[in-house]
Amino acid sequence: MSVTAPSPPRADKPVVRPGDRIFAGTARLAALTIMLALAGVFVFLAIEGLPGLSAPENIYAPATDFWSYVGPLVFGTILAAVVALVIAVPFSIGVALFISHYAPARVATPIAYVIDLLAAVPSVVYGLWGGLALAPALRPAIDWLYDHLSFIPFFAGPPSVTGRTMLTAGIVLAIMVVPITTAISREVFAQTPRLHEEAAMALGATRWEMIRLAVFPYARSGVISAVMLGLGRALGETMAVAMVLSATPVVTLNLISDTNPATIASNIASNYKEASPDKQAVLIATGLVLFAVTFAVNFAARWVIGRGERNLTR
Amino acid sequence: MSTTTPLEPDSFAITANLAQPRLPKWALLLVAVLALGVAGLVTLLLGWSPYAGLVLAIALAAVGLPLWSLLLEGRRSAADRFATSLVWAAFGVVLVPLVWLIWLVVKNGIGVINGEFLTYDMRNVVGAGGGIYHALWGTILITLAAAIISIPIGLFTAIYLVEYGRGSRLARVTTFLVDVMTGIPSIVAGLFALSLFVLIFGPAIRIGFGGAVALSLLMIPTVVRSSEEMLRLVPSDLREASYALGIPKWRTVVKVVLPTALGGIITGVVLAISRVIGETAPLLVVAGATDSVNFNLFEGRMMTLPVYIFSQYSSPGVVPLGQEGDPPGYARAWGAALVLIAIVMVLNLVARIIGAYFAPKTERRR
Repeated sequence: MSVTAPSPPRADKPVVRPGDRIFAGTARLAALTIMLALAGVFVFLAIEGLPGLSAPENIYAPATDFWSYVGPLVFGTILAAVVALVIAVPFSIGVALFISHYAPARVATPIAYVIDLLAAVPSVVYGLWGGLALAPALRPAIDWLYDHLSFIPFFAGPPSVTGRTMLTAGIVLAIMVVPITTAISREVFAQTPRLHEEAAMALGATRWEMIRLAVFPYARSGVISAVMLGLGRALGETMAVAMVLSATPVVTLNLISDTNPATIASNIASNYKEASPDKQAVLIATGLVLFAVTFAVNFAARWVIGRGERNLTR
Repeated sequence: MSTTTPLEPDSFAITANLAQPRLPKWALLLVAVLALGVAGLVTLLLGWSPYAGLVLAIALAAVGLPLWSLLLEGRRSAADRFATSLVWAAFGVVLVPLVWLIWLVVKNGIGVINGEFLTYDMRNVVGAGGGIYHALWGTILITLAAAIISIPIGLFTAIYLVEYGRGSRLARVTTFLVDVMTGIPSIVAGLFALSLFVLIFGPAIRIGFGGAVALSLLMIPTVVRSSEEMLRLVPSDLREASYALGIPKWRTVVKVVLPTALGGIITGVVLAISRVIGETAPLLVVAGATDSVNFNLFEGRMMTLPVYIFSQYSSPGVVPLGQEGDPPGYARAWGAALVLIAIVMVLNLVARIIGAYFAPKTERRR
């Protein structure tokens, strides 16, 4: 983009008009506002949330202190996000490859648009669909998993009668993650140097071998960061989980039973209405924990992207 | 290839491979028909549901073609064909939830939407009836307020990043912070707005304006990103021509740079609005829920469409005695979902049209 860059202002600029000064000041102010807003997020969450770390014991029931209260929630958050990613990542890579290398060129753009539509559907509608349509539809599948695979701890059962399980929530989350990871992976796949691909083809590689030899090595860091951004989305998603899961504070790997751990976000959403000020502080404190976790994940993703870009420009 | 050149055995293998038989063009069709037939037979004999039959047919075709290829063409071609069928299957599977969801929302929602649904609120409604009037207005007002807050901040930040702050420390920090802001979970944005207003007004505060603040926190990074990208696309020739005429920098930005990038900026803003208009969690936390119309952003709880869907879903009421079927709240939730999706899709479409109409006449990658 350096071609279109404006030339830097000369140091010995003779006239500075008041209009210039005001306009530049406004622009700088806007940038500072963003900094202030983000600092505000930390500060206000901390001010309101810190009392939640040491609230009266009965607030944390059935746990007794903050960390044993938030522990199962963190576990549930990570479990739901991991289930979602395990389902979503293979599909995203497949769809991204489909758009960048397999689909006929004329339909690739409309298809990419359709996948982006998945991202445009509001999360509450996914929750509605997950709770009312997907959960009942998954009941036979859950029974089948229990009958045939119950030796795996994930499917230990007893199978849910409502279908509102961690597996269902994970699938809904996966559908919400797919457009994000697909969009980024697709961009990276499409940027593979044409010459690498043609060289592989010229050496007699089939299309799949070309993708393995030329596209995947080039796109690895991009795909990793796409997955991490998807993870960030899955960790922070609220409504879909809150509307699908009926939660109890347990730590279990069981994906198909009726007792499921809540996630941090869904716990906040479903307990908010009847919260006393003390409880409110506790919930805000859990929000702070969630913020820290997603911040770390996103930060790692950006770092991977940055490293990848440096490698490419080398 | 002439026989006088000494050839290594490997090259013979390659030439031999080239002569190997390939699957005919109609192989895919044949396998698909066979798979459908076998799956149909199994489905009929075992009494499965048609969906299970379809899954079986696709699985059979996805395995059958590579198997045939393995027998006829060898391992490498078989792997290639298998990967191709996996990629196509992945695409097909991802389409299923989208089609299913849209179809369900339209099917269940279209019967609910009528004049009463759009013009009545939920005050004193027990059982069926009532509507989304209050939620519709809440969504419009809160989203509008969020847009009014975030468009100037986002746009000016983008102008700063592109026109003024190039390479400065503040610009680098701002770019990083915008990245961080993109990753803020929506519920954390809601909690932030809540903490802010609780600190000012006391713990029981729930106002629509708080929702607008939370939404703008989610909207600003999108606006900054898209505007920044569009401003960078403006050729520097235009700026230099303007400077050469002695026009001050700020007037150059206002009169030359912004109008050139206007289409892209509007597209970005509309997409950002369509993104935040469906946000539920922050509004649930800070704007609350109510059954009546409230036009005042600064006082009292305010209903919005996403929160309306959530509350109709989580407390749907009871089925009247002696009747079968779903509780009345579910129907209202589907109706509101249809309205919400329609709004989002229209906004998306408008953004694409504006974007296509004003698209800069430069070559860009897909």
